[in-house]
Amino acid sequence: MHVCQRCVSLLLSRPLSAALQHSTRALHQRSHLTLLQHSTRHTLSQRHSRQTWRHFADHQAASPDVYNKIDLAQKQVVPLNSEVHRIDLDAAVHTSPLQEISEEEAVQIQVPSALPPESSTLRPYVDKSETLSKLVQLGVNLWKLEQRPNVGSMLVRLDFHADVAPRLLFLKDLGVEESKLGQLLTKNPFILTESLDNLEARVSYLKSKKFSKQSVAAMVSKAPYLLNFSVERLDNRLGFFQKQLGLSAEKTRDIVTRLPKLLCGSLEPIKENLKVCELEFGFRGNEIQHIVTTVPKVLIANKRKLTQIFDFVHNTMDVPHSLVAKFPQVLNAKFLRIRERHLFLEYLGRAQYQPSQPNYISLDRLVFLPDDVFCSEVALATLEDFERFQKTL
Amino acid sequence: MTSQAVRLFRKMDGLFAVYKPQGVHWKHVRDSIESNLLKALNSCPPPAPQLAVQFQLLSGGENSSSKDVVLSPSMVPTLADHPLVTGPQFHKVHVGVGHRLDAFSSGVLVLGVGKGNGVLEHLCKSHVTRDYTLEGEFGKATDNFTHTGRVIEKTTYDHVTLDKLERVLAMIQGANQKALIMYSQVDLHTQEAYELAVRGLLYPHGKSPPILTGLRCIHFNPPHFTLEVQCVNETQKYLRKLIHEVGLELRTSAVCSGVRRTRDGPFKVENALTRQHWTAGSIIQAIAHFSKATRKIRKSGMYKQTAGQLNSSAQVQEQTRSQTEQINQEHVELSSSTSDTVVDRETPVTLSEGRTKH
Repeated sequence: MHVCQRCVSLLLSRPLSAALQHSTRALHQRSHLTLLQHSTRHTLSQRHSRQTWRHFADHQAASPDVYNKIDLAQKQVVPLNSEVHRIDLDAAVHTSPLQEISEEEAVQIQVPSALPPESSTLRPYVDKSETLSKLVQLGVNLWKLEQRPNVGSMLVRLDFHADVAPRLLFLKDLGVEESKLGQLLTKNPFILTESLDNLEARVSYLKSKKFSKQSVAAMVSKAPYLLNFSVERLDNRLGFFQKQLGLSAEKTRDIVTRLPKLLCGSLEPIKENLKVCELEFGFRGNEIQHIVTTVPKVLIANKRKLTQIFDFVHNTMDVPHSLVAKFPQVLNAKFLRIRERHLFLEYLGRAQYQPSQPNYISLDRLVFLPDDVFCSEVALATLEDFERFQKTL
Repeated sequence: MTSQAVRLFRKMDGLFAVYKPQGVHWKHVRDSIESNLLKALNSCPPPAPQLAVQFQLLSGGENSSSKDVVLSPSMVPTLADHPLVTGPQFHKVHVGVGHRLDAFSSGVLVLGVGKGNGVLEHLCKSHVTRDYTLEGEFGKATDNFTHTGRVIEKTTYDHVTLDKLERVLAMIQGANQKALIMYSQVDLHTQEAYELAVRGLLYPHGKSPPILTGLRCIHFNPPHFTLEVQCVNETQKYLRKLIHEVGLELRTSAVCSGVRRTRDGPFKVENALTRQHWTAGSIIQAIAHFSKATRKIRKSGMYKQTAGQLNSSAQVQEQTRSQTEQINQEHVELSSSTSDTVVDRETPVTLSEGRTKH
């Protein structure tokens, strides 16, 4: 990632002189114009580096009453093709530093900043840029963001008062907590470049679909990319879930509030998962509805892992479909955990998963309890025994 | 002044053993251990940020004109040192893997952290043996020798008895002993070689195929049976193929339903870390526990390097034998094997030569 030179010149010009009252964009455009003009007329006699020359040129364009030196330098600019032989390279253009100057001129001396024109990190710019310092104070992880291509340049280019502040206020009005704002921006910095009209249109759409204010805020916190999607896309997704799953509007709203990622991702893997549940596993329609309303994550789970877990639970543990549908949490758990615990219970002779039989162990307790509680209550053994058993698998 | 994170990082140097669960690729094990170590290192408080002099425009205090803006210096912590801007303190911890285990197998997997990776190399080059427990099942043969593969044929196994199985195992052992002697390049007619063989210190030079130094049946309950194997230079696929060949020798077919490594050199399964203990604290404790064994391996490895510069090969054998003797003394000897000797690798030992000779 390289923060471009234009952005750096922007940084250089903005905070250093309080006398400059121009807006960001005007300055940027003007500085571009001056850059173009002066680059064509750059001569060999200039001892200044290109960096400082551009810098002086910016200020020359911005405020006319600048140090005399720049005017002198301006007049000295000669087209290259004509009087080359008359340029004396040893002739010093600069005046002596011991020359006395007035107080006003002294205050207006622009010290060229030590900011590098290009950088692969945002570290040199954080202290100098208002946007970046405010973002760090909010809790945005700038290090993570600068790993992504072009995001660093985009953040440096933003103006806090024009771009960032209105959107932060918008999010706050929406109900997103201040502590969550940092995480949100770390996941989705592009919310700062989305136009406010679009954001408002999408929020009003969601509210028209009868999502409450708190649920919209929760959805935006959990899925930071949600408001970057168009209204048509959100509409399409909501329609799909209602039709395919055959659920009432309220239940759809509930699922989407709990897992807003459903609205963000592609629909193809979800369709695949539904097909797998129906055809490969053999669940009936109402069972699938119950599973999805209890554990919506099944819709975006990895197909291969889901198949592996179901295969083990149904074929090896001999748990019928109805029980799996009753405790869908088991489909969300880690396969290794289920396998080790089941084999331990089988070794102890306590693997009883039928509710009608005595010593019944429900699947959600098998999966949900932490290890020590599982060992003491369900398996009735010590944690050391469980570890020793794990080493025999 | 070193920070807490750096002090913790310096403790992470050495070898330890982990129990790899079945069905998991060894790389995932290595990656999760590395990420756990990094998590612990990066959760330590970061060093204090640097202070920088900033000239801030503050209003001139009690003087009459409040319009005067005065530049006054102050030491302010720079935001450039904020952890959200610099990122985590540690990006990488070097975690290396010793003898690898494929996804179907489980068992002891030796990992090295930091400076331990160099010792890991010595361990791999040394002639330590490994202990495996192989679960077999008579009655079918599959394409990849495991019980999850595609079934190729099904056979009866009523005629198989423990006696026949033991006879087959003895024959396999005999073939392996012959290979061992051959690859250790000693002339058994000499007194010195005889003494080495008796003490169980024959080991290979150069490359050799996988060789079993010990083999016995610990459980027989048809169709299931369990073998315990001590071997060198093996791959887990070779061991599954061994089960298949045992089945063939018994005029039936067999598949392997589990390969479990119980020992890798001085690293035993009792001290291997299970999944719950793959945290920085437990790992540092395990490193401390194995530090003695690690030191021995490092010494023997260094000795071998200097020994390589000597001219006569006999001297080399003598010196390196004494080192491996010290390591092998920690191993448990199998009762049925005559000598627990150590071998190197090349082409696999075919049982056909054993069969024709017997």
